[in-house]
Amino acid sequence: MNIIVCVKQVPDTTDVKIDPKTGTLIREGVPSIVNPDDKHALEEALHLKEKFGGKVTVLSMGPPQAEDALRECSAMGADDMILLCDRAFAGADTWATSYTLGEAAKKIGYDLIICGREAIDGDTAQIGPQMAEHLQIPQITYVRKVEVGDGKVICERALEDGYERIEASLPALLTVISDLNKPRYPSVRGIVEAYQEKKVTVWTAADIGADMACIGLDGSPTNVKRSFAPEPKGKGEVLKGDAKEMSKQLVEKLKEKNVLR
Amino acid sequence: MKVTINVDDCIGCGICVKISPKGYEINDQMKAQVLDMNAPGIKEGADDCPVGAILVEGEAMPAAQAPAQAEEILVKPDLSEYKGVMVFAEQRGGDLMKVTLELLGRGRGLADELGVPLSVALLGHGVDGLAPTLIAGGADKVYVIDDPRLKDYNTSSYAKAMIELIRAEKPEIVLYGATHNGRDLAPRIAKRLDTGLTADCTELSIETETRMLLQTRPAFGGNIMATIMCPDNRPQMSTVRPGIMKVLEPDQNRKGETIIFDAKLTDADVLTRIIEIIKERKVVANLEDAKIIVSGGRGVGGADGFKTIQALADILNAEVGGSRVAVEKGWISKDHQVGQTGKSVRPNLYIACGISGSIQHRAGMQNSECIVAINKDPSAQIFTVADIGLVGDLFDVIPALIEELKAAGIGQ
Repeated sequence: MNIIVCVKQVPDTTDVKIDPKTGTLIREGVPSIVNPDDKHALEEALHLKEKFGGKVTVLSMGPPQAEDALRECSAMGADDMILLCDRAFAGADTWATSYTLGEAAKKIGYDLIICGREAIDGDTAQIGPQMAEHLQIPQITYVRKVEVGDGKVICERALEDGYERIEASLPALLTVISDLNKPRYPSVRGIVEAYQEKKVTVWTAADIGADMACIGLDGSPTNVKRSFAPEPKGKGEVLKGDAKEMSKQLVEKLKEKNVLR
Repeated sequence: MKVTINVDDCIGCGICVKISPKGYEINDQMKAQVLDMNAPGIKEGADDCPVGAILVEGEAMPAAQAPAQAEEILVKPDLSEYKGVMVFAEQRGGDLMKVTLELLGRGRGLADELGVPLSVALLGHGVDGLAPTLIAGGADKVYVIDDPRLKDYNTSSYAKAMIELIRAEKPEIVLYGATHNGRDLAPRIAKRLDTGLTADCTELSIETETRMLLQTRPAFGGNIMATIMCPDNRPQMSTVRPGIMKVLEPDQNRKGETIIFDAKLTDADVLTRIIEIIKERKVVANLEDAKIIVSGGRGVGGADGFKTIQALADILNAEVGGSRVAVEKGWISKDHQVGQTGKSVRPNLYIACGISGSIQHRAGMQNSECIVAINKDPSAQIFTVADIGLVGDLFDVIPALIEELKAAGIGQ
């Protein structure tokens, strides 16, 4: 079984803070990591490979440094690493990104594509479904359990108020959530191979035969008009006194506001 | 004019490139660099740099912009045949999801501003009984697509039905709830219609001059907000975060039209099979509907500390929430998480205890009616959104507060 896992290198947004004076991001060496959901996607792919044989290819689109993310995946056990890297890909929104990843997937060949549900920097959760649409294959999103057999995949798909069990024929695309599994740590041998022996294959727009009108900025229907720090509300009052005095005032004020009855 | 980029400050986020693609690029060192300082949007790109790394001095030369704009006008497709605002009505097992009424509330405002009708796409099997609720909620037209293949939500058959309807009716804007199903469906439709989709919007408005939809959403883990446009493709589509937009007061006298639409579905349009749907009635926190929420963050210090939070919640008959830190440290389960990556809530009263108030947390609770913050650190960000702030250790304040509430006869 040939599985493609799509991964993204992202800044670790948990560590990002805002300067209260200027309202801007404090960078303080925000590290780059493999997007957390994508590690769960890789873990599932490796698990399926152990069970059924085949090959796991990790695929990413990004700048040259995104190689680091691919090598980390390789150290966990991925066989091949492919980086889509070309200035012409820059500025892509989800439409253009899914086109680009989809064209690369066609070139690689696959029985199953697994993506993380969403990336922590963009939070769109759109790449998986749009790639599936581009490839004209079924998708199952928010996957928390996977079973494969008889050319089919059966998944538990998480809903807000429960879950559903869904069946699709292969090839198919899954987007997975963190409840699915616990990603393994890289093995020592894996690290040696990933960082010293294996090579990252780099593909440009020409390598995947991309239509230049469908990639990067030109292929993106949306654009960012502006960005800004969220505005503070700034109208509150701060109570004075010790714990008991403040509590007494608070209860009175909440009653005044009719919040407590 | 002079444009300088401070590479030490630049985080390579690419926002300047997105705003002014001809003006900036991200180089191999993941830093912004200037391509053309006279390109359109160079100033805006600098203004919106989240770390303030781009400095623009002097004025732009207007002459340099004129030819570029003329060229863009030539390639613009005709968008005028697209009219009206459409809302995708999400129902599960014949029950309308609350977000549908929220979309109608906001969609009504957008449609009125544009002077166009507001329609609803209602997909399902035997669900036409929901039409009066949708009309009372603000819709002018309800398109009912009834088919056994649409009984339960299914990506491919729902996508096909929506695409047929959008192609026939040509709305300029289509809104979906950013639920699991909405976020499964909308991207597929956007891809096939070759149009844009903005995920998980928290604010929608119309740009008066262009009549275009301004779609605002949190990005970068909720640390910054971005406003997205879809200038040259139609419809303009957004998924909208549940719990943000206001539901209109139902008006039973409102007149609306119900139209049956045939999407010409066949069995070949169903690519996946639902084996079963299981409702889980486990003790999942129902924060979205809660009237009062008491939340804890880093300052709570551990799972044990959440007993104090729970005690306050008990007396107020409130739900317990947690910040991302509290959830990630395993002090409280994920379904309690409030914030950009958790739930968006707007209770009547939100009490934040030991929560510093990162933007990612504020994005999920700042629309609450009344916010109370309890924190040791008087400079904590949470105080910027609080209506009432109490500076002190939560383990001193909460017990005292519980006593006062009891004395006031609350929770008896």
